[in-house]
Amino acid sequence: MLNLTPKEIADRKALTINPCKTCQPVGALYCALGVHKCMPHSHGSQGCVSYHRTFLTRHFKEPAIASTSSFTEGASVFGGGSNLKTGMKNVFDIYNPDIIAVHTTCLSETIGDDVGSYIMDFDMPEGKLAVHTNTPSYVGSHVTGFYNMMSGFIKYLAESTGTKNGKVGIFPGFVNPGDIRELKRLAGLMEMPYIMFPDQSGVMDSPMTGNYEMYPKGGTTIEEITALGDAKHVLALGMFTSTEPANVLDRKCKVPYDVLPLPMGIEGTDELLMKMAQLSGTEIPQALEDERGQLVDVMLDAHFYHHGKKVAIFGDPDTVLGLTALVLEMGMIPKYVVTGTPGEGFEIKAKEMFAKFGMEGCKAKAAADLFDLHQWIKNESVDLLIGSSYGKQIAKAEEIPFVRAGFPVLDRYAHSYFPIVGYKGALRLVELITNALLDHFDRTCADEDVDVVL
Amino acid sequence: MKVKELVLNQYSGRVYKNRKDHIIEVEEGIDPVQPITANTRALPGIMTNRGCCYAGCKGVVLGPVKDVLTITHGPIGCGFYSWGTRRNKANVESGENFIQYCFSTDMQESDIVFGGEKKLRQAIDEAMSMFSPKGIFICSTCPVGLIGDDIHAVAAEAEEKYGITCVAFSCEGYKGVSQSGGHHIANNGLMRRVIGTGDKEINSKFKVNLLGEYNIGGDGWETERILKRIGYDVVSIFTGDGSFEDISNAHKADLNLVMCHRSINYIAEMMHTKYGTDWLKVNFIGIESTVQTLRDIAKFFDDPELYARTEEVIADELASIEEERAYYRTKLSGKTAALYVGGSRAHHYQSLLADFGVSTVLAGYEFAHRDDYEGRQVLDGLKEDADSKNIESITVEADPEKYRVFLTKERYEKLKNEIPLESYNGMIRDMKTGSYVVDDLNHFETEEFVRLLEPDIFFSGVKDKYVVQKAGVLSKQLHSYDYSGPYSGFNGSIIFARDLVMGLYTPAWNYVTPPWKNQSTLQAALAAGGEM
Repeated sequence: MLNLTPKEIADRKALTINPCKTCQPVGALYCALGVHKCMPHSHGSQGCVSYHRTFLTRHFKEPAIASTSSFTEGASVFGGGSNLKTGMKNVFDIYNPDIIAVHTTCLSETIGDDVGSYIMDFDMPEGKLAVHTNTPSYVGSHVTGFYNMMSGFIKYLAESTGTKNGKVGIFPGFVNPGDIRELKRLAGLMEMPYIMFPDQSGVMDSPMTGNYEMYPKGGTTIEEITALGDAKHVLALGMFTSTEPANVLDRKCKVPYDVLPLPMGIEGTDELLMKMAQLSGTEIPQALEDERGQLVDVMLDAHFYHHGKKVAIFGDPDTVLGLTALVLEMGMIPKYVVTGTPGEGFEIKAKEMFAKFGMEGCKAKAAADLFDLHQWIKNESVDLLIGSSYGKQIAKAEEIPFVRAGFPVLDRYAHSYFPIVGYKGALRLVELITNALLDHFDRTCADEDVDVVL
Repeated sequence: MKVKELVLNQYSGRVYKNRKDHIIEVEEGIDPVQPITANTRALPGIMTNRGCCYAGCKGVVLGPVKDVLTITHGPIGCGFYSWGTRRNKANVESGENFIQYCFSTDMQESDIVFGGEKKLRQAIDEAMSMFSPKGIFICSTCPVGLIGDDIHAVAAEAEEKYGITCVAFSCEGYKGVSQSGGHHIANNGLMRRVIGTGDKEINSKFKVNLLGEYNIGGDGWETERILKRIGYDVVSIFTGDGSFEDISNAHKADLNLVMCHRSINYIAEMMHTKYGTDWLKVNFIGIESTVQTLRDIAKFFDDPELYARTEEVIADELASIEEERAYYRTKLSGKTAALYVGGSRAHHYQSLLADFGVSTVLAGYEFAHRDDYEGRQVLDGLKEDADSKNIESITVEADPEKYRVFLTKERYEKLKNEIPLESYNGMIRDMKTGSYVVDDLNHFETEEFVRLLEPDIFFSGVKDKYVVQKAGVLSKQLHSYDYSGPYSGFNGSIIFARDLVMGLYTPAWNYVTPPWKNQSTLQAALAAGGEM
């Protein structure tokens, strides 16, 4: 496995090997799936959306719908305006969504298609809507595309009537339906009226009933997105994912916001709950304090399997930082912390976290790839790897226990139903991490070291 | 009303007009078979399952070549999505295996504005210094063609600088109407630059290449196992578990065995012209079709010992699966299936299903041309449209040194009538009256046909798998085999049948409807003395 990866690290400037990110449009598509009765539409050649639908379907094991402008060479030369208009008409005729969310591709961006004006010129059917965003694949990553699409929805739809509706907008970040359900549960326990945007729960985790619903019951409604303009506050979770759309909403509708880390681990969740308490004027209930206590209890119970263990974490910036926070709280050493998504802030933030826990010799890198990470591991190994399915190659090559978390997890089932946010999510991660370490030990240790008791 | 009309009538006028000729109901005894429209543009907005030119070139044909370092020149997405996702297995005892890696130039905005050639050149330098591969392929994505990067010039420079083979493929996603254009572009590049460049001595008696076998789930290995057992020497496989050296020596084979007619027929035809290599349409999917194929190949070589050995192996292989075959047939017989897959699979799998008594009610291809449906007989009358003209078609001539003919003229003429030599009769001829053929089956039509035809099993890809499964119908991926396989040859047929039986009989289907939907919980509570 990965036998050609050398231990010697050579400087690379042009060749990306085994990327730790993908392109903007897939993030935009996932965001749009979190809007009720929305058809995501990819303005480009049809291969893009074929790949994106495949990727999302494999992660969730759920249908991921999206249409395409099906560019040909002619459209690439003369512009994709007529393709988009025909495409939108066909989508409304055949698939009847309430709204189409158009995102661009590197193709339509390179030729400079003005999607906004195409939409304005489109003969919109009564009661239907379309929004768009620009998602050039040669800028940022899928995370960028995700928040660009959020911003697109906000720019088109959010409205301020001058009367606040008393709700708090929650921007959950690029997370799974299981996480969104957990965030809703927390908001419910905190008695805080909210608008979750986007909301893929009820869409990308829809139940088996024997009937296929193209538009399942979940998703943020158009009315809710409009009402974000009257929200009293926004909690933007994940600084690298949710800051921009919160900022766009604030500029458009004067909705103040707080940017919080993804609530992973104890401190992250504490911070979110205290902020929710402030906003809702509700005391944090005993039930949540009990959950927190249970988490701390288990962390103490099992600390000797965690403490001082070295971990490599890779994935999307906010998820990686959340995981880093948790492993630090568990007494582990986040030896390598990498994201493929470019941006300096990531490294600064990671280093602050290392410093806070007195960690030395830990490395953080943005715009990195998994080849970098693998070479680092070859030079100084770790006890645990956490990240997407693409980590399994490194885990196998170096015989490292591996926990899957983040995007994409293509080779396991049911993961997207369970949270990694909140105390419950942290408890689940503690279990996954502990089991991965112990399973590895049990499989590789001498017979006399197999203990039934722990 | 006929099913076809029921589906089509829901469309608007323009869509109706476009789609009506992509759908046919097979009528009895029509020859030539009914014409179908294929290989034309998908309508925007129609939710096609088709991919793009890059997917066909890099994803399908070039990706499986294990010892060539393939660089995707473009923004990160395309390289990322085509990394390790097709299940084309590859093994190396020694040497290089790049299959586990994804190489990309990850073009940024400045590369789009100022050109990406410099970055590509440097990427090649970095790849050479780290891996020293014997070959590099470069595959371009949409923006590369638009900004005019000359990847062919960069490849030529690299060849000169490093003394390797470096082939550039201009397979931008917008070219053509589907993956198909990309297959053609990949075929052209391999033909021009790789095939025929090898000089390995091969002295074995029955030398074949296996074309259009991508070793998904290990299919190629099962086929190769059977061929080797009989005594064939498999010189190269295009391109599953394929190696640069094997492909470069492909011209040393006596016969090309063509599995996927769509993705690789260009190479088969060009090798016939350039090297005199005959090609035979084969099908190793299905028990009876594998038997037939093995007998066809034996006829080509016409060797008494080979005939005997072929029958010996067939008898032995059949005996070894006999019991399981009979068992699975009892579980599957009478079921119906719909298939919507890529190249030739929608045809091939009908034989395998028939082996177990499963009949096909609908079959369609994602990116086929008319000859895949109607047979190569239609090729002469086919007119090229603008989209097809954008895909380069190369012509080759007989190689003065390497051209050789295996069959005598008389033998060739005789065999032409007995085995599918340089011929393919298409899928429709093998389909039952009243069944449906749908080209470029889209999301809407999938839902409608499943509802109207009620197949027991739907075979397709992952994008529509869960759409169909949610509707309560077993749905199996025929691109990735739902992570199982191999499905080819004798052993594969049993694995296939086992997977179907699992899918049809798994207990979870019984729990789709909760018990309280059919019985009142209120009554139960009353009977137990509950309060109202």
